[in-house]
Amino acid sequence: MSKLTELTVADAISGLRKKEFSAVELTEDHINAVKDSQELNAYVVKTFDLARQRSILSDKKISSGEAGLLEGIPIAVKDLFCTKGVHSSACSKVLDGFQPPYESTVTQKLWDSGAVMLGKANMDEFAMGSSNSTSCYGPAINPWTPKETGEQRVPGGSSGGSAVAVAARAALAATGTDTGGSIRQPASFCGVVGLKPTYGRCSRWGIIAFASSLDQAGPITRSVKDAALMLNVMAGFDSKDSTSLDKNVPDYVKDLDQGVKGLRIGVPEEYRIDGMLPEITALWEQGIEWFKNAGGEIKEISLPHTKYALPTYYIIAPAEASSNLARYDGVRFGLRETGDDLIDMYSKSRAKGFGEEVKRRVMIGTYVLSAGYYDAYYLKAQRVRSRIAKDFKDAFNDVDVILTPTAPTGAFAVGEKTDDPISMYLNDVFTVPASLAGLPGISIPSGLSPEGMPLGLQLIGRPFDEVTILSAGRFLETAADFNCLPSDNIGRKKL
Amino acid sequence: MPIDKATVQRISRLARIHIDDNEIEVVAKELNGIIDWVEQLKEVDTDSIEPMTSVVELKLPKRKDMVNDSADRQELLSNSPESEDGFFVVPKVVE
Amino acid sequence: MTYCIQGNSGQFELVVGLEVHAQVKSKAKLFSGAPTEYGAEPNTQVSFIDAGMPGMLPVINEVAIEQAVRTGLALNAKINLTSIFDRKNYFYPDLPCGYQISQYLDPIVGEGTVEIDLKDGSSRNIGIERLHLEMDAGKSIHDLRPNVTHVDLNRSGIALMEIVSKPDMRSPEEAGAYLRKLRTILRYVGSCDGNMEQGSMRCDVNVSVRRPGEKYGTRCEIKNVNSVRFVMRAIEYESKRQVDIIEEGNSVDQETRLFDSSKGETRTMRSKEEAHDYRYFPDPDLLPLKIEQDWVNEIKNSLPELPDVLKKRFIKQYSLTPYDAEVLVSEQSSAMFFETVAHGRDGKLAANWVTGEFFGALNKANLNIVNSPITAHQLGGLIDRVSDGTLSVRLAKEVFEFMFLSGSDADVVIEEKGLKQVTDVDEIHTIIDKILSSNTEKVEEFRNGKVKLMGWFVGQVMKESQGKANPAAVNKALKEKLT
Ligand SMILES: [Mg+2]
Ligand SMILES: [Zn+2]
Repeated sequence: MSKLTELTVADAISGLRKKEFSAVELTEDHINAVKDSQELNAYVVKTFDLARQRSILSDKKISSGEAGLLEGIPIAVKDLFCTKGVHSSACSKVLDGFQPPYESTVTQKLWDSGAVMLGKANMDEFAMGSSNSTSCYGPAINPWTPKETGEQRVPGGSSGGSAVAVAARAALAATGTDTGGSIRQPASFCGVVGLKPTYGRCSRWGIIAFASSLDQAGPITRSVKDAALMLNVMAGFDSKDSTSLDKNVPDYVKDLDQGVKGLRIGVPEEYRIDGMLPEITALWEQGIEWFKNAGGEIKEISLPHTKYALPTYYIIAPAEASSNLARYDGVRFGLRETGDDLIDMYSKSRAKGFGEEVKRRVMIGTYVLSAGYYDAYYLKAQRVRSRIAKDFKDAFNDVDVILTPTAPTGAFAVGEKTDDPISMYLNDVFTVPASLAGLPGISIPSGLSPEGMPLGLQLIGRPFDEVTILSAGRFLETAADFNCLPSDNIGRKKL
Repeated sequence: MPIDKATVQRISRLARIHIDDNEIEVVAKELNGIIDWVEQLKEVDTDSIEPMTSVVELKLPKRKDMVNDSADRQELLSNSPESEDGFFVVPKVVE
Repeated sequence: MTYCIQGNSGQFELVVGLEVHAQVKSKAKLFSGAPTEYGAEPNTQVSFIDAGMPGMLPVINEVAIEQAVRTGLALNAKINLTSIFDRKNYFYPDLPCGYQISQYLDPIVGEGTVEIDLKDGSSRNIGIERLHLEMDAGKSIHDLRPNVTHVDLNRSGIALMEIVSKPDMRSPEEAGAYLRKLRTILRYVGSCDGNMEQGSMRCDVNVSVRRPGEKYGTRCEIKNVNSVRFVMRAIEYESKRQVDIIEEGNSVDQETRLFDSSKGETRTMRSKEEAHDYRYFPDPDLLPLKIEQDWVNEIKNSLPELPDVLKKRFIKQYSLTPYDAEVLVSEQSSAMFFETVAHGRDGKLAANWVTGEFFGALNKANLNIVNSPITAHQLGGLIDRVSDGTLSVRLAKEVFEFMFLSGSDADVVIEEKGLKQVTDVDEIHTIIDKILSSNTEKVEEFRNGKVKLMGWFVGQVMKESQGKANPAAVNKALKEKLT
């Protein structure tokens, strides 16, 4: 039998049910894997004792026939999720040491289904970043390296630690959150599956807010089926979140293998941006080819306001963030610096507690909402956002799913782009538009760059039609035959 | 340069983020870079377009008028930098 | 009779607008399920939402929306079927999120009116600009220990209705009348208990002065004045202050001021006024609030008879004076009490008893209608005994005192204390004969023309009967015997 850490969630569930191994064994192997992958800095908090206790309970539940959907499955949880009594800091110094006296709805659902928490995953501070380099606990490292140089690469972000843990076999699955691409882009960089559900599909309650109108939780896994299994548990209405939708959660696993015959696949011309890397273009063409060969109907579509998505996002997200992050004032929790007076205490605590990127976005957000600028920036951006959403709505009259690259590049070097914010922002060019429109998107590992780094393709669906992007994703993963194994990336199919 | 030094100081005060005097110029430059970049939105015709007010099309859910959620005071205060006699404590506020 | 402030250079007119924060009567807070009771131990009525803990989200209390609509309807105001919750961003230790959820551009209630009654019997309409829902902040206590401020979040998140008037008031009296009327209306519809001492109704006062016919002058806002009396005094003081400034050739600074009730003065807030920039934007954690016209109609049909309507009806139905009607409708409980007393009886008599003896006794005993020792039916029973001649008014007042002390019915008191009026003519004649025979000189004087002595005879007869004799019968019999 192969190592337990190599299993998918689906196989682990069936192995546990058949008593081929115990939950305790599965958890113990993962604890060892976490320890062995220490240098990747995927975890900022390890909860091994909790995990061991929980796995003992899981074994009992499996024996007594009370097993939940994810009974005994060891997972990593992004540090943005509040976990009761367990350090939850959004990887920000301002919240260092914070132990919430409550559990987020999504993680509670996971624990109720029997999942086992290995620890809290590294991330960009307050989910602001695309490389996991803004974490106050240092960057997470991509387990994949270019085969020639062996240089350290970023895992993407903000859910970098989650993607690393899953790719490095230090968790069977992980939770992430996606505001402008923070699940899909790191999944693409680390060669794993990342699903951002429709806005409103998963509860935001208990997730430390970045940009409230965009934030959405989702799974990072090594297979599409695993993503569906995770979403089955994570999704659902929450009366504590006014933006969560009271709509039935279908069984996302059931229709995974429905195939793509007759499926109408949109290919947006505006995503063919200037200077796109040839390997990205080639991968995209390859994806189109696979769908076509399987009986899919490829349609050129136009999403005319695509180029305005990033600047729109970089007004709206910082504006919301500037308000959401006002609560970090050193009064009820978090870092407090001494000051000459109250205002000085606030200003120094926040200056010290927030990292550079967070401060930059809070400043921008404050500016675009301030008197005299609101109409020109914030309101304008909300109008453009309407147009972007309308573009998608129109496109979905003709197609069932949209196929694009997940990111314009593969994983770049650690330290690269950190002093040029805009070049970092540009990495989210393909993920941000769907975020603004609240649409579901999934990144499927689909190939390798010439230097041997993983690349993903993105599928975007209609609102609440995760079923279609999951089954199309399932097809794509089969066609790409990508095994997601960073330690074994030599000699794989090149583009 | 839409954002001058005085503007940076104003924003820094509004946002309650202290910026050292010798950093202000750098921050101004960075913010201007971003603001210049987002200016491209001006190209988009939005004359007859309503701003997006909500991503999901649904009715605002309401809670019943029921008392069902009050924190344990010890838990409430457990993460606070300073508290006494059941209060949060901050440096004196001048009215 | 316009209210004027006399300056050396001429007369000034006063312009006042009020912003009232009224605490919505509800069990739970506006966006959380934490309780709203007054006077709890610090930080014991706080949910993690009210404390702005990371990841917490607001969900609106349906009763708060209903109360705002009820109030809006009672203010004859426009109900907006779509309204939006905005964030008002500013830092303060008792504002946990760093923003207050409020309504800015699209409030739930638009323009309306309140009719106020003035002492001279006239009435005026005061315009309402808007009513919006918002959450309250916590409480900062600055004097428990030097150098620090203590923060209690029990109030944080409690639902408030901010009711903004138009600048339509022209005298302290009008402002007082408006505030009292508003409080009466809020209590009638049950949306706020109107208790200013406990802070469930707080008032910001905008004051400016101008020479008649000129446009509005620069206004000052006096924050958080907590009684009707103080509001009136603050306006009086502040308007004189502004007139003095203008008379000296200076101009009034627009600023926020505080009212010092011990000195009866307003003063500038000590902290130098920061340029406020609240950066309002729609709260992305909430969606636009949409309500149905049918639901609004339902609420409208469930409203009680409001004080203005009630007052007019009382005047017409019971022939009350406007003043008595006004006194009776100022509290819904008084109006209801009166109507029960007046049922099937003389309305005017009932009003006299309720506003006179009854209110007087309640006042003296520091009680109110709700915990009154006697019921409206009992008071009605007493009045019946006056009407049927069993009791004289004087005796009835005595009986009332016993009733109020014991809670007994009038008939029981009359029986027990033997306070029945003597109307039996023979009995009265016997007493009169006794008085006349022992005062023959006085009888002589009377017959010689000193008719004023009639009163003295009546007094003697009443005294002899221990007050129980029917005065009318005594008068009649005396006249017969003496002439
Ligand atoms: Mg990102
Ligand atoms: Zn207010």
